[in-house]
Amino acid sequence: MVKAKTQWNDERMDRIISVLLRTGVILSSIVVLIGGIWYLAQNWRLAPDYHTFRGEPASLNGLGGIMRGLLSWHGRNWIQFGLGMLVATPVARVAFSVFAFFEERDWLYVALTLFVLGVLMFSFIGR
Amino acid sequence: MNLLLFTLLIWICSLGAGLLGSLTGLGGGVIIVPLLVLAFGVNIHYAAGASLISVIATSSGAAAAYVKEGYTNIRIGMFLEVATTLGALLGAFLVAKVSPSAIAIIFGIVLLFSAYRSLRKVPDTIDTRPPDRLATLLRLNGDYPTAQGLTTYNVRRVPIGFLVCNCAGILSGLLGIGSGPLKVLGMDQAMEIPFKVSTTTSNFMIGVTAAASAGIYFHRGYVDPALAMPVMLGVLAGAFLGARILPGAGTKYLRILFSVAIVILGFEMLVKGLGGKV
Repeated sequence: MVKAKTQWNDERMDRIISVLLRTGVILSSIVVLIGGIWYLAQNWRLAPDYHTFRGEPASLNGLGGIMRGLLSWHGRNWIQFGLGMLVATPVARVAFSVFAFFEERDWLYVALTLFVLGVLMFSFIGR
Repeated sequence: MNLLLFTLLIWICSLGAGLLGSLTGLGGGVIIVPLLVLAFGVNIHYAAGASLISVIATSSGAAAAYVKEGYTNIRIGMFLEVATTLGALLGAFLVAKVSPSAIAIIFGIVLLFSAYRSLRKVPDTIDTRPPDRLATLLRLNGDYPTAQGLTTYNVRRVPIGFLVCNCAGILSGLLGIGSGPLKVLGMDQAMEIPFKVSTTTSNFMIGVTAAASAGIYFHRGYVDPALAMPVMLGVLAGAFLGARILPGAGTKYLRILFSVAIVILGFEMLVKGLGGKV
């Protein structure tokens, strides 16, 4: 009985993860595409220069700067926002897995998944 | 060249890379960086940033399909992600400490290794030994669909697989790639996980591994939106096309062709790195 319940949950977990990943990729692609078209429409004449590494301005590195740029309709910020959504997709998958393993009362995997989530958070918040 | 032409060219090349990567199962990410660096003169940090983003896109897109088909072992993935994300964090920190020339040299070696791995395939053996204790404790053993119905498998040598995946994570963070071939090596060879389960679970892990580096990549400004945009959209479109034509495509010769291309790019990166011209 217990086994049957676990399996059903595993299958349901697979299905939800599948939908989650697909939605994240599609939504972020749309935002990146729109931002890209907008950016190119305004700047297509520029000469590209990626030969030397300069880093990106603060307005494109952190969430606060990116968000402010969204409101003033900067194409680059919209692309960056879309890329951020894309990166958030696997993070959301891990966060969902914490919940799914919790539902299965699989404490070992709740702990392992929380640890991975912690590493991801450190990458985004820690310096 | 103006930005519009540059963006279109990069989009087309990325589409080709994504298409070949998905048809051959090697992933497009591994040739994006050498392509951007060698053909477009892009700085290796920007190239790695754009590549890392494209790796997350293709991995998540493909995982959506594989997870549903029942090949992916989510517990193995979750467990090994502990190793890969820690490695990826370290690798991303190391980018600023290692010289670009050294990164190019490491990249060259990884390319040569990927080509070598893609050309040999060891058939899965039938395993009759009793299950491994650590693997049982971690509930890693599973089953997957085959021509004979659901087949069970036992996972072995967990610590070695964990260590290999940790190294794969470091390389992923350092180079902005998915490190699929190395992850598969750890799972398929060391842990004796069936090849199909290894490749799909590796793909499942790649997105999370890359996300662990991505936070640091964003902070440090390795991700340029105008460059990452055509790369991400191109690789994704290519991978999608590849998945559509995959059944029935003669992938054997394509695989050899793609491996030759990877070897050439690998040597080019080595030469560039050894000459200090990065």
